[in-house]
This record gives sequence, structure tokens and C-alpha cells, in this order.
Amino acid sequence: MTPTPIVRFRNVTKRYGDTSAVDRMNFDVYPGEFLTLLGPSGCGKTTILRLIAGLDEADVGDIFIDGKRVNGLPPNRRDVNTVFQNYALFPHMSVAENVGFGLKMKGLPPSTITSRVGAALSMVKLDELARRRVRALSGGQQQRVAVARAIVNEPLVLLLDEPFSALDYKLRKQMQLELKRLHRRLGITFLFVTHDQNEAISMSDRIIVMNDGRIEQIGTPRQIYESPDNMFVAEFVGEINTLDGVVTAAEQTTLTARVEDAEFPMTNRRGFQPGQRVKVLLRPEDLFVSQLQDEAPGPHLTGTVEDQIYKGTTVDVFIRLASGTTVCATQFFNEDAEDISYRVNESVHVTWIRGWEVVLPDD
Amino acid sequence: MRRRPAKIARILYLVTIYGFLYLPIAVLILYSFNDTRYSSNWQGFTLKWYTALGDNRMLLDSLGNSLLVALLSSTIATAIGTLAAVAFQRYRFPGRKLLYGLLFVVMMSPDIVMGISLLMFFILVRLEPGFLTLVLSHITFCLPFVAVTIHARIADFDPNVIEAARDLGASEYQAFRHVILPMLLPAVVSGWLLSFTLSLDDVIVSFFVTGPTFEILPLKIYSMVRLGVKPEVNALSTVLFAITLMTVFVSHLLVKEKRS
Amino acid sequence: MTDRSPFKTAVVAVVAFWILVFVLLPNLLVLAASVLARDEVRFIRPGFTLAHYRALMSTEILGIFVRSIAYAAGTTAICLAMGYPFAFLLARSSARKLLLMLVVIPFWTSSLVRTYALIIVLKANGLINTLLLETGLIQQPLPLLYSNTAVFIGLVYTLLPFMILPLYAAMEKFDPALMEAGYDLGASRLQVLRHILLPVTLPGIIAGATMVFLPALGLFYVPDLLGGARSMLLGNLIKNQFLAARNWPLGAAASMTLTLLMGLLLWAYFVSVRRYGDPREALTR
Repeated sequence: MTPTPIVRFRNVTKRYGDTSAVDRMNFDVYPGEFLTLLGPSGCGKTTILRLIAGLDEADVGDIFIDGKRVNGLPPNRRDVNTVFQNYALFPHMSVAENVGFGLKMKGLPPSTITSRVGAALSMVKLDELARRRVRALSGGQQQRVAVARAIVNEPLVLLLDEPFSALDYKLRKQMQLELKRLHRRLGITFLFVTHDQNEAISMSDRIIVMNDGRIEQIGTPRQIYESPDNMFVAEFVGEINTLDGVVTAAEQTTLTARVEDAEFPMTNRRGFQPGQRVKVLLRPEDLFVSQLQDEAPGPHLTGTVEDQIYKGTTVDVFIRLASGTTVCATQFFNEDAEDISYRVNESVHVTWIRGWEVVLPDD
Repeated sequence: MRRRPAKIARILYLVTIYGFLYLPIAVLILYSFNDTRYSSNWQGFTLKWYTALGDNRMLLDSLGNSLLVALLSSTIATAIGTLAAVAFQRYRFPGRKLLYGLLFVVMMSPDIVMGISLLMFFILVRLEPGFLTLVLSHITFCLPFVAVTIHARIADFDPNVIEAARDLGASEYQAFRHVILPMLLPAVVSGWLLSFTLSLDDVIVSFFVTGPTFEILPLKIYSMVRLGVKPEVNALSTVLFAITLMTVFVSHLLVKEKRS
Repeated sequence: MTDRSPFKTAVVAVVAFWILVFVLLPNLLVLAASVLARDEVRFIRPGFTLAHYRALMSTEILGIFVRSIAYAAGTTAICLAMGYPFAFLLARSSARKLLLMLVVIPFWTSSLVRTYALIIVLKANGLINTLLLETGLIQQPLPLLYSNTAVFIGLVYTLLPFMILPLYAAMEKFDPALMEAGYDLGASRLQVLRHILLPVTLPGIIAGATMVFLPALGLFYVPDLLGGARSMLLGNLIKNQFLAARNWPLGAAASMTLTLLMGLLLWAYFVSVRRYGDPREALTR
């Protein structure tokens, strides 16, 4: 029972010169969702927005908006609007004129424009600045104008191209919250582009992880973070430790793999066979460190503490394993372990809860 | 750090060059108020050469003709030049590079080459030399200057701003009318002013394309000056210089505006 | 933008029409005329010939060519020598906006008016002679006007701003830290000039040279007004072929030579721009 997609990419390719910015892409955007395109810069995510907006044309493939094929349709005849990375506000117009531009182009009567502009501005809390020149605004205010200018047209999809990249950390957090609220309030589809994985994970309903013009994984933030499909996603989204292993025994849902010199029971999600080489991926916060004199915690790795970095609420401990690989383990302060500091060169055990690991084929 | 003599030498050098550039003009202006026809000694202040200028119907007529040609050709050149700048910046079309190259060639090519080429062209298409041929020629040699002035400005634009207009529902024309043109306005005016003075001052191209029935000021001055120095011409030249001065000043203000 | 908006089509059509009809076509006509036979009545008639280009090689015309090029080259050299240090000081001055405007004013002023102003200064009872006579340095007025020297002064005077402005544009973009780095690395003043300043400002030099050299060949009214009977330059030759001698093909051939020279200079300019960056945009400010 999936709803009809509001945007649909079918085998879309866009080349600039010899490089494919978008390479045979297929995906759907569903009505009302907050979908994020996440990837390193230059991976083609902005191109996708431009293709939807009509600012670029696909070389191959079809794009549908609301069930209609839009190839060749100029941007002014598409029911989508964009919040540009650097806002692209019209410097010669006031805030209200900027926001009312789209409605004016539609030829709406001035009274309608005034009231809708007012409503949009109050939605982004800029009522008082309506008559200001946009040049006189701060970065955060300009960003709100850019959002208001787009949503006032009630687009089917709001396209946001790294809208927070020019803001400082604190403002950025605040704008993320506001944008999320706005999304809930308006109920329109948001297609959001960012290279910041934290931003993507904290805001999205679904994430498309992209690399080199291709989709690496589509899923909820939780799926992306906890069950990455491949090494690229695992490494791009968050910190992760990678260990080499060999499957020594495999059942349908479980397997045993040798990592370093220990055998670990793991969950078999991909039909691994005995003898297969695998990568075992573990998030730093999933690793537990214990001192040698403590009771041995079952299957475990042994190593020596190389370094530790105090992070406020956590401590990152870097442990050099026997094979020479260094892993990072994030330890939380709590009542059970008030003192979680280690001496450098101290030998420790490292382990994790079975099933929290991600096992990928080593190829 | 800097030694004094070096600094004085620098200033002296600058003053010498400016002296070279301005001394003749200053003398010209001074003489336009000198109460004598022949001597170069100062014989007292007078405005009679300006009065004589006001009474000289032929000169005034040719001034009127020049102003008419300059107004018309600079306006049309600015319109086409603006469109050309937008087209070269925004559109990809066959022959784009060739056309841009040709514009640049026009800007650099010696006036005399353009003069004779247009002369031949007008004879080929049987256009009576006169007002129309002058206007067409002046538009042509002003065009690249306008296009380059405006192109420099539009190239500084954030292209997203124009795309934002299209994204918000503006057609290509609406985007030009409501976003591109207002943002270009200082450059457009400055291009118009440059065209106006270029047209008003042109001697060489006009020399070839004008006809006997339509006399313009620079050619009139040229024919007068060939016969020697005349105080009326001093006065007239001073007036022309004042016009140029004003144009440069206004243009300078616009450039300032654009940079802020 | 891929959509076929009628506006875009109209804009491209107007621009293309104007350039093709009023620039390309007339220049092709000159090219055609230069290789067609001369006709006393209709100026040209069909029949391919290179005779006019050969005629340019005749001693008389070749002499004008050589002298014109010598004058233009000399003018360019003097303008460069005067303008280069000037532009350097200008670009570094704290009052450069005002100083630059003082160069732009003569740049925009009618060069006919400026040539005329020079007559007033140079003529027998003009400013210079009057001053020299009054101070007793000379007894007889010097024959300054109507001489080759006057033509030279006139060309330099008219064209100096055209040299300074592109040089200034190149100097303004020049980062003074480059020179400091040069000194820091042990270069002498001369070495810094030779290895750092000159190469980096080369596009400006070539642009300025082009804007002085080519007009110097064509400015027929400067020799006309300031020169003597024998001060004929290329511009006067072309003008005379069209208006007095009515030998269009010869005039066209001379003009094509001028165009060829322009082509060479533009080529040199683009080569230098490709290597050192474009000073042109600052030109029109």
C-alpha cells in the first residue's frame, strides 16, 4: 500500500562533459515526506534538485512530478520551488517583494499577494522586516526569506539545497528545528540536500545516500545508520570501526567469525558461507572496554590503550589491537562507571553486544 | 621606510603626466574666455565667443544633429548591447563564439577600417548617406562597448538569482524584465553614457558615412579647424569638454553605487 | 536553459542580425573589394586580382607604410614608457579613485577637441612659443606646428590614456605581495621588475599597445591638423583612396593590411591572457 509518488526518477542520467553527475537513477519521493539526499560534495545531489526544478534537463530518462512527465517543461511551469544554497534573494527588492515575486508572476491581485506574503512571513517569524531591503538582513534572516519566498507559492515539493551551509553552528541547529516544525505544519513534501550526516539523520523521514551520481542506499535514518548496505554508507554516515574477519561457521541466521584471534558469534543477515572473508563494522558507541583484572566478558578482543580524548559527556578511547588495527570506543559516563579513564599502554578487553555488529562481504 | 626624495620624485612624475594630459585642455578653456581673436596674450575676460556661438546657426544646427544622432544611437545601442550581454552570458546557441568574437573585433578595430567597411555596405544596399547611415554606424561602434560593460556586470551576478526567478514562476522575459534589468541598471546607464560620448565625439567613422545634407558637429569642427584656430571653436570645445566631464562624473557615481 | 522561450529566440535573433549585417558583411565587402578590379565609375568590377596588394608594395606606398608603422610603434613605445610607471604609481596610490578619474576624463573627451587644444599650445604664437620668447630663451618662434614632431606629440597626447587604462587594470589586479615575495627571495629591484611585474602585467601591456598602435595608424586627422605636407600616414592614405583618388580596391587592400595587423595583436593578447589572466573587464569601468 505505497502512496503514489509525488516525484519519480526513472533511469535518469545527466552528464556534464564527460562526467555523469547523475547516473541512471531511480527513486520515488512520497507525498508529505521529508526526504534527504546525502552525499559528499560533487556527488550529484544538487543536480537532482536542478533536474526536478527544471533548471537542468536530463540527458536520458524520465522525471515525473505528480504523475506528469516533466521533461522539457521550463522551470516556471513546474509546481516546485527551490531554496537555494546561497539563498539567491533579489538584491533590488524588499523582503516582501522577494516573497511576493512568485505570486506576482502568477498574476494574482495585489491584495491576495499582500495577505499571502504576510502569512508566509509570519510563518518564518519575519513579519516586522517586510519592508527591509534584503541586503540589510543577517544570514539567518535571509535564509528565512528564502524559505518564505518558496513556500508562499504552495509548491508540491519544496527543494532545499544545503540551506544551512552558510550559517554558524548554533543558528544552524535552531534553523533545523524550525524547518522541521515548518514541515509538520505545512504538510508539503521536502526534498533536502546536505553533505552533513548529522543534519540528515536528525531531520529526515528517509535518506538517499549518494556517491558519484549513484544511489548507495535508501532508507530511514535508523536503517542507514544501523544497517548500512555497503562500506561507503557505513563510512560516510558516522564514525565506524572496520575489522577484518573470516566466517568459520554459518547457520541461516547466525554465524561465527574469527576477528583478530577470537571467535565471535554474529547475526547472519546476508547468507554468509563458511570461509568467506568479511568486514565487521562496529560503531564506537557500541564497543565496551573493560580492564584486564575485570572478569573476562566472553568473546573479546585484546589491545592496549593508545590515547583517549575527553568529549564532555563521553570519552573516546583509542585501542591498538594485536594485529595493529586501532579501534575507537566511545565510553559514556554513568553511575556504574564513574571513572572510565585508562592509562596509556594499559591492556584492555574490547567487546560488543552480539547483533550490534554489521557484517559486510569483503570485496 | 620610504625616503623623502623618492616620494617627491614620484609626485613630480605624476604631476608631469597629468600636466601633459590637462595643460592643452586648460589653455583651450582659458582662451575661450580671452578677448582677442589672434594674439595668445591675455587680453581680458570675455564671453563674446560663447555669444557668437549662440548666434552661429550652422554650428548650432550641427550640434543639434549630433545630439539627435547620439541620443538615438546610444539608446538603440544600449538596448541591443544589453540584450547581447544577456544572450552571451545566459544562452547557448550556434555561432555564439563567432558573434562574441566579432563584437570584440569591432571594439578593437581601428575606426577607419569600420568607416570604410560601412561606407561600402551602405553603397551596396543603396542607402542615402546621411542621418540614417550615421545612426546605424554609431549604433554599431557603440554596441561592443555597451555589451562589454554590461557583460562584466552580469558575469558578477549570482546565476542562482536569475534561476530563482525562473523557479518562482517567471518566464524568461519576466525574469529579464523584473530581475535582470533592474539589477543591471547602473551598468546600463553607464553603458548609455559611454555610447553617448562615443557617438558625440566620433570623427573618423562619421567622416565616411555622412552625406552632404546632414552635418554633424565633430565634422563641422574638423573642417573649421583645418583652416586654423578660431575662438568660437575654443568656446565650442569647452562646451563639449564640459559635457564629457559631466558624463564621466555621473558614470563614476553609478560605478560607485554598483560597488557598494 | 533548454526551453525555447520566444524571448530568447528574439534576443538571439536581434543580436545575431545586427552583428552579421553591420559587422561581418561590411568587413567581407572590404575583403572582396581588395581583390577585385578597379572601376572609375562604379568603384569596383568583377575579376579577381591581387594587383592592389602588389601596389601596396610600390616604393611610394611602402614608404607611407613603413613610416606609419614607425610612427605608431614610436607612439606606442613612448606611451608605454610614460604610462607604465604612471599606472604603477596610480594603482598603489591612496587617492587612486580620483587619480583614475583624471585619466578617464581625457579618455572620454573627443580626441578632435584634444588635438585642437594641442594646436593652440604648439602654434607659432601659441603657449610654448610665447613662453619661450618671453623668457628670452629663443628669439624666433620655433616651427613646432605642422611638423613631424607635432604629429608625434599629437599621437602620444591623444592615445596616452588608452595605454594607461589597460595598464592600470593589470596593475590593480597585481598583488603587491608578489613583489615582496620577490625581494624576500633575494631578487633585486630590476630582477623583480623583469621576472615578476612585467610578466604578470603583460596582458595589460599588450592590450594597451593594441589600443595605441592600431588607432595611431588610422587617426588621419592628427597628421591632417598637426602635420606638414609630407606627414601622410596610413589613415590618410586609406582616406584619400576612398574620397580623393577613388581607388577603392587599393584603399580596401590597405585597410585589410590594417585588419591583419589587428589580428596579430589580438592573437598576442589572447595568448598572454591565457597565460596571465584577463585585464579587459576593468577597462570599461
